[in-house]
Amino acid sequence: MSEPPRRIEITEPVTITVDGREVTAQNGEWLIDACERNDAYIPRFCYHPRMEPVGMCRMCLVEVDTGRGPALQPSCMLPVTPGMSVDTTNDKVAKAQDGVLEFLLSNHPLDCPVCDKGGECPLQDQTMAYGPGESRFVEEKRHYEKPIPISETVFLDRERCILCDRCTRFASDVAGDPLIHFIDRGSQTEIATFPDEPFASYFSGNTVQICPVGALTAKPYRFRARPWDLEEVESTCTSCSVGCRVTIQSSRNQLVRYQGVDSDPVNWSWLCDKGRFGHEASNSEDRLREPMRRSEDGALRVAQWSDALGAAAAAIRSVDPSRVAVLGGARLTNESQYAWTKLAKSVIGTDHVDAQLGDGLPAEVVLGLPGASIDDVCAKGGTVLYLGPDPKEELPVLYLRLRHAAVSDSVRIVECSPMRSGLSPYAAASLQYAPGELPALVAALCSGDVPDGGVAGVDADTVRSAAALLDGIDDLSVVVGRANLAETAGVVVDAIDAVRSARPGARYLSALRRGNVRGALEAGMSPGLLPGRTTIATGSATWTEAWGAVPTAAGLDGLGILDAAAEGRLDVLILLGADPLTDAADRSLARRAIAGAGTVISLDSLPSASTLQSDIVLPVAAFGECDGTTTNLEGRVTVLHQKVTPPGTARTDWMIAAELALRLGGDLGVESSQVELWDELVKHSAPHDGLSSAALAAQEDPDGLLLPLDATIELAATTPTNVPPRSADSLRLVVNRTLYDSGSAISHCASSAALVPEASVRLSPADAAAMGLETGTFVTVASSHGSVSVPAVVDPGVPGGAAVVRHNLESVDAGVLVDAADPVCDVRVELR
Amino acid sequence: MIGTTTPAMPTAPGVPAIVSSRFGVADGHTLEGYRSSGSYEGYSALRAVLEMSPSAASEIVKDASLLGRGGAGFPAGIKWGFCPADVWPRYIVVNGDESEPGTYKDRVLMERDPHQLIEGCLIAAYAIGAAQVFLYVRGEMAHAQERIAAALNEAYAAGLVGRNILGTDFSVDIVLHWGAGAYIVGEETALIESLEGNRGMPRLKPPFFPAAKGVYLAPTIVNNVETLSNLPWLFSHSVEEYRSVGTDSSPGTRLIALSGHVENPGIFEVAQGTTTFRELFESELYGNGIRAGHELKMFIPGGASAPWFFPEQVDLPLEGRVVGGAGSMLGSGAVVVMDETTDAVRACLRLVRFFARESCGKCTPCREGTTWEEKILQRILDGHGRPSDLELLLDVADNISPGPYPVASDPANDLDAVPYPPRQTTICPLGPSSVAPITSAIRRFRHEFEDKIVQRDLIPVEGVSVDV
Repeated sequence: MSEPPRRIEITEPVTITVDGREVTAQNGEWLIDACERNDAYIPRFCYHPRMEPVGMCRMCLVEVDTGRGPALQPSCMLPVTPGMSVDTTNDKVAKAQDGVLEFLLSNHPLDCPVCDKGGECPLQDQTMAYGPGESRFVEEKRHYEKPIPISETVFLDRERCILCDRCTRFASDVAGDPLIHFIDRGSQTEIATFPDEPFASYFSGNTVQICPVGALTAKPYRFRARPWDLEEVESTCTSCSVGCRVTIQSSRNQLVRYQGVDSDPVNWSWLCDKGRFGHEASNSEDRLREPMRRSEDGALRVAQWSDALGAAAAAIRSVDPSRVAVLGGARLTNESQYAWTKLAKSVIGTDHVDAQLGDGLPAEVVLGLPGASIDDVCAKGGTVLYLGPDPKEELPVLYLRLRHAAVSDSVRIVECSPMRSGLSPYAAASLQYAPGELPALVAALCSGDVPDGGVAGVDADTVRSAAALLDGIDDLSVVVGRANLAETAGVVVDAIDAVRSARPGARYLSALRRGNVRGALEAGMSPGLLPGRTTIATGSATWTEAWGAVPTAAGLDGLGILDAAAEGRLDVLILLGADPLTDAADRSLARRAIAGAGTVISLDSLPSASTLQSDIVLPVAAFGECDGTTTNLEGRVTVLHQKVTPPGTARTDWMIAAELALRLGGDLGVESSQVELWDELVKHSAPHDGLSSAALAAQEDPDGLLLPLDATIELAATTPTNVPPRSADSLRLVVNRTLYDSGSAISHCASSAALVPEASVRLSPADAAAMGLETGTFVTVASSHGSVSVPAVVDPGVPGGAAVVRHNLESVDAGVLVDAADPVCDVRVELR
Repeated sequence: MIGTTTPAMPTAPGVPAIVSSRFGVADGHTLEGYRSSGSYEGYSALRAVLEMSPSAASEIVKDASLLGRGGAGFPAGIKWGFCPADVWPRYIVVNGDESEPGTYKDRVLMERDPHQLIEGCLIAAYAIGAAQVFLYVRGEMAHAQERIAAALNEAYAAGLVGRNILGTDFSVDIVLHWGAGAYIVGEETALIESLEGNRGMPRLKPPFFPAAKGVYLAPTIVNNVETLSNLPWLFSHSVEEYRSVGTDSSPGTRLIALSGHVENPGIFEVAQGTTTFRELFESELYGNGIRAGHELKMFIPGGASAPWFFPEQVDLPLEGRVVGGAGSMLGSGAVVVMDETTDAVRACLRLVRFFARESCGKCTPCREGTTWEEKILQRILDGHGRPSDLELLLDVADNISPGPYPVASDPANDLDAVPYPPRQTTICPLGPSSVAPITSAIRRFRHEFEDKIVQRDLIPVEGVSVDV
């Protein structure tokens, strides 16, 4: 089987006898793990080191004497006790294993030659190793219609299924989506979904990975390759900032499959489907393959690299550096981010650089708060104040870790969110606050000082009982992020300030969504910032010495850049994988910015609304097509590997930066590989001490190396955001993200594109009743900036006074409602 | 109508009707009937128990050596003592999911004397300090469910169940839960899963011994209907009177559900340990003889999952250890008698098919093995058996229950008994139970199998099923 035993630290060693050898094991661990760790592998199907055992398949029977004489016992459910004596290979054990395999094969079709699992199949492998050699079963096998789709992406072949309970346990116990289960009994038992209810889980692909036979297959991989044709390399998924460790597999220079790797501090071998099936976007026919320039007739035409780069350099060279801005870059590798920061801040000489589009948190908040790792947040018995976005929608595997922490490790989560989230059912308290009023709620929760009329729209009793959970907790873990894109970041910053003053011992995990946004900030991709958690004030000396020149004054941030572009104050706008036209919360600002900027240069791997509006388009290598490193939301640096060559003549982002630097008369100092860039960053950056490329390469586990959690950047004092009161006849807008949106990663992913939900406006039952609305009624949602027409959905998870619209769905452009200049956005909902 | 009796079910001289005294009372199932008829006054025992300490009540049950009547025969008082100290809440679950072929004594207890069971529940709940009693009744037993529901309503209205029972500080709720029809739910851990709303699949013990981790992982005592129905009589009489019936190791009486080829099948309350199978079959009080003109071929002494006995074993007493040593078990008190007209192979298939269809599907050997056994037996009956099939059947059986399987002695062929219980590669004994008829039948009646096996090694393309 592919799952190795969990790495554990032996704190309570006991001696047991395994096949006559005395070995050391951890007291109370499962015998199956202790034996495997001591070179006595016990075959198994149902046991998975990340799930509770069920003892279902009976393959792991061994003979153990637990005081009542030797007996066959399932080693997956037997805790190690001192002096235990176990025989894993004697005749009785061998016969039992032989018997179980013969039973499993009695109804299993021998269609291995056409089965996707053939060649990497635990049933096949263990039959070869432990099986009877031939079957005595001469009766007719079970027959079912096959395969049947149980979701958009997963197919089920019930004839191949050996009923090990792995997929069903995963769905109910790990994902919390109990949408598949056994039906019927005895040999007629089968896996089924509920009638008319597909296995619509964001984590469905994991069941395919852990299926010990070819019963569950995923559409993107079916009949695409044979395991012995696959080449693979380990890497880290960058579709969000959790940084799940993966194996990327290719066949004939095409990415065909990603499999989760068990990184103990991060993903525990799980992946979300958006990450798992992301290779479909990499293989899209639409990939940008050649550079393009806007020709005189206004159309984008394929150009030579030398022409495109020459034009880009000319555009930059011809203007004052203060009229050049770089937006985006959270998708890049650490090395490319460093290269682009160096290019912008040293060679070009502009500080208008921001990896975030005004939808994240200020860099000094992310880098200036004392950090908490995922393990810190999920530590047994801890208390978490969750102020982030819906983790199930934005950071799915972080949701799995938080869910496990709450369900199995007695972690108490106090969640404050604008509407109920995927995490709410597991939170000890879940409070839905009125948009803009989070700081008051957090202050009340931390102080326990709750006015009788309630606070932020939450009634006093609810706040008080939640405050009781936080009372006296000094080592609070706080998860912070942007739960509402229609609300300014200042509101979240004020809430953080409230926690900081009440709980100085609190530690923070910033739940920002974009893949390598943390790496971008560590590399200095933010106005006023320099690499290695330094500012223009604190890092000038170091980086002037390293680079020759650094900016002297802080430039514009993401929203400032868009504003400046819209007002014609920018001549060159460089988009590093950024697509403001579909991704900015304020859609009208983005439109005006792209139209108002002089020359727009876009580096991207897939066409987007913004690349199509650009003047110069430079195709870049995507995930799996370039080497480098990435930094996850905790500050964990892991190595990314190239597996396939980029399409056409696409280049890596850092190569483009290096080439542009040369054309602009500078030099990034990189000769042959990105390793030089990384080692230059490590050499000059104190937090990166010990994270050299050699140190990363020497890592034996898949966990990477964590940047220091303790902050080195001063947090500036902030002015509280003034949130105006809501007028009685309006609702306050919440714009939040969904996992499957109309971003380019999903829209070019064949199997996920169908999962993008229809747009709607979610209203509380009370507001809906007052307006005479029910689910499905078409309404107009209007702010002072624009309006959209959407069907209403009455959702008891929405608090009164709020209207919730999903961000970035093709069917409705919620961004037209929002003005980034306003702290909150009030809307009127009217019948059409 | 109150107190009107139909002919009462007789017991042997000197054997009190401990649990069956109201079987013949037309209105014995009502509160009024329960109070005014039978071998003790209804709910008087409860009144007495509430005046003693819970531990004193437990001691009485322990001293009486009241054996569990569900199948395993474990002393109830000792089981109660397995609840970990100071872990609360505790629950009692009444296993009313009787469904083994041939077993129907609990159904009659629930239909005819529901108050006796309720009083037993209350006494047990008081003794162990249970917060709640779950009365799990098999889904198919609609009449029993209705009777219990009606009795519970009466008892609640009379202040016998619920808050401050009989004006004391003792409060307990009894909840009636209807099963959905699965034999496996008679297994206590599967019953708990079912009660919790999950699929009825057994849990592995350890770690889930219900007394330590049962319903919602709280300490839970699972007792059979008949076990609890003994308590009102025990507490309205004395340990000495209770122990005066039966033997030291098996005191008291048992309800035996006798079926098959006897003249007078039915339910009988007999003294444990002293009554023999011969008395059971032949006494006018009980079976009144094998049906006229026929002779005993074999019998199942304790339900479908018990290995078969043969004429040599008829003089064994109904005593757990004796029957276990002789290669079978008393189990749930179902005795099935088969005379010489019975086809051993068909009987074997009939029983195996039951286990194959009732396998919950959790453990591979049971899920796949029992069905395989059924298919081989069906094929033999269909005339497509192969000489190799008997060894195959025995080896498939060995992969479900490894090692020598319990079986009765066969003096004629100088074969010794293999004592109970069997070993298992499965979590619960359902799969291994399917082996009982196979090993019993093949060891004793191999020739009947061989007669059906056509001497050719052809595999049927389209099977023609023989109706069994």
